[in-house]
Amino acid sequence: MTATAQITETPVTIRPFEAALPKAPGVLADTWNVMLRELRPVFREPASVLFAMVQPLVFLGLFAPLLPKVEHGSALQWFVPGIIAMTALMGASFTGANLTQEIVTGSHERLLVSPLSRSSLLVGRALKEIVPMLMQAAIIVAVVTPFSFDLHLAHVLAGVVLLAGFSIGVGALSFALALVSKDQEWLFWTVQQTLVFPVLLLAGVLLPLEGAPGWLRAASHLNPLTYVVEAERALFAGTFPVDTVVYGAGASGLVAALGLFVGLRAMRASS
Amino acid sequence: MTTTQQSEPVIRTQGLTRHFTRRKSTVEAVRGLDLEVGRGELVAFLGPNGAGKSTTLRMLTTLLEPTSGTARVAGYDVVRERRAVRRSIGFVGQGNAAGHAQRGRDELVSQGRAFGLSRAAAYARAEELLAAFDLTEHAMRPVSTLSGGQRRRLDVAIGLVHTPQLLFLDEPSTGLDPQNRANLQEQIRRLHDEQGTTIVLTTHYLEEADAIADRVIVIDHGRVIADDTASRLKSGLGDLVTLGFETETAATTAAWQSEVILGAGAEVERSGTVVRVRAPHGAQTAPGLVTELAWQGVPVTRIEVASATLDDVFLELTGRSLRESNENTSGDSDVENIEIQGEAA
Repeated sequence: MTATAQITETPVTIRPFEAALPKAPGVLADTWNVMLRELRPVFREPASVLFAMVQPLVFLGLFAPLLPKVEHGSALQWFVPGIIAMTALMGASFTGANLTQEIVTGSHERLLVSPLSRSSLLVGRALKEIVPMLMQAAIIVAVVTPFSFDLHLAHVLAGVVLLAGFSIGVGALSFALALVSKDQEWLFWTVQQTLVFPVLLLAGVLLPLEGAPGWLRAASHLNPLTYVVEAERALFAGTFPVDTVVYGAGASGLVAALGLFVGLRAMRASS
Repeated sequence: MTTTQQSEPVIRTQGLTRHFTRRKSTVEAVRGLDLEVGRGELVAFLGPNGAGKSTTLRMLTTLLEPTSGTARVAGYDVVRERRAVRRSIGFVGQGNAAGHAQRGRDELVSQGRAFGLSRAAAYARAEELLAAFDLTEHAMRPVSTLSGGQRRRLDVAIGLVHTPQLLFLDEPSTGLDPQNRANLQEQIRRLHDEQGTTIVLTTHYLEEADAIADRVIVIDHGRVIADDTASRLKSGLGDLVTLGFETETAATTAAWQSEVILGAGAEVERSGTVVRVRAPHGAQTAPGLVTELAWQGVPVTRIEVASATLDDVFLELTGRSLRESNENTSGDSDVENIEIQGEAA
């Protein structure tokens, strides 16, 4: 069954004990190292980014045709930014599952015993979330552009920059959840699933909340994703209303700050 | 930071203690461990599941903070100089070092970079280790698709990226088939013999401790109950000589005669027609004993000589068989896995 190989050589020279330790990489180098490590499986298997896109693409395919005709512009123009934000939320919130797997299989423990700083283990992972988010946004824009969607490239780029903070923050929160769940994978998925859909629906991603009852609107106003989605919609429409964009960027930055704060605490407590 | 002194032991613990609290009950996983490991030793922590071996290893490798007591590893304090300890040691945990979504080569490279190797040096070192562990052709396969033996070799390779002088292995051969286990043990042995690497491993396999370790530290209930070479631990117990006789009467006579012949230091017990003698160097004294008994008119009809095993040693020390202890505790949530939410490490 297992191909057992005879090991013929011993792995090479050993550093004498007295020799000084090699120069330790700084926090930035550690963070970069952790980020690259996280990205390698993505680059080796780019199709893996599609995993988090299944639901958004289903919504895009089955929901978009149901959208009512609007007087000016297309419904798709309104719907797509929400779907991109949804993809970012899905992808970043799933990401902790990879850490859960590493906790279960042991590589997380190995990294904890390595000289990598605790903060780099969290921040490097969270920063990596930008890359699949960009790939996913590009796929969605590429899919919808042949239809009734007008591509305002500069605005869309500003939109994904704004979304980057949100992805980092949600990713960090997802890692924190994974660290707290430890090897109980069910706990991670239960919390993730319980939180993601209310956040999604309360942001008016699928349906506008204009006609919603007061309590629902109030809840929506407390949801940072609401402001992010509104900013994305304005930008994807080719407009740049400063207040909406600033609120969106603020909400995104807030999620990033909160995520990193909670994530760093969880990583420092990890053993 | 302190520098490593030539004479300082590689590991020194004083009163090292770790408690776990869960649901108001406190488990003393490790109780006041005083231990020294010198440079170049190959030490096995042997004990049943939950004995405190892994908790000890986790404290020595900075994964767990001691409740009290101190430990210095490679010249650094495991609490105050954690990062220096981490940079000085190699660690092979119970699980897989490589992420299952990763490729083996990628993991070796990022581990090298974490230890401050340049990109080029990290790649060169990765190739060197892949070749040494016969993994080159599997270097770009997802780790999840590797066999158990291949994954374990990769674990050890990752632990050696920075050529540590001190290597910790936590249950290195658990879950491996006998052939892979033998290969791994040979590799560990060779690393020690050829490179002089100080190696500390935990195991609940008696055969493993017996086969590779120079020094066996038997741990039970969080305490060291024996600490010596495997052969000295066993020879202290003596060999077991089992003699069979025609009748119970003959056996009774033989038992009495044996006590006279062997004198103090030998334990003789009879059950039915069988006499069991445990005596130092029993294998050497058995032929003489058989001749003597025949001369006394109680001829031996059957003889069996067994040298002591580490299990006998464990049984003698604790009154329990290590083999049975392992069987009874496996599957239980053992002490080693108890962790406290939100604790700092």
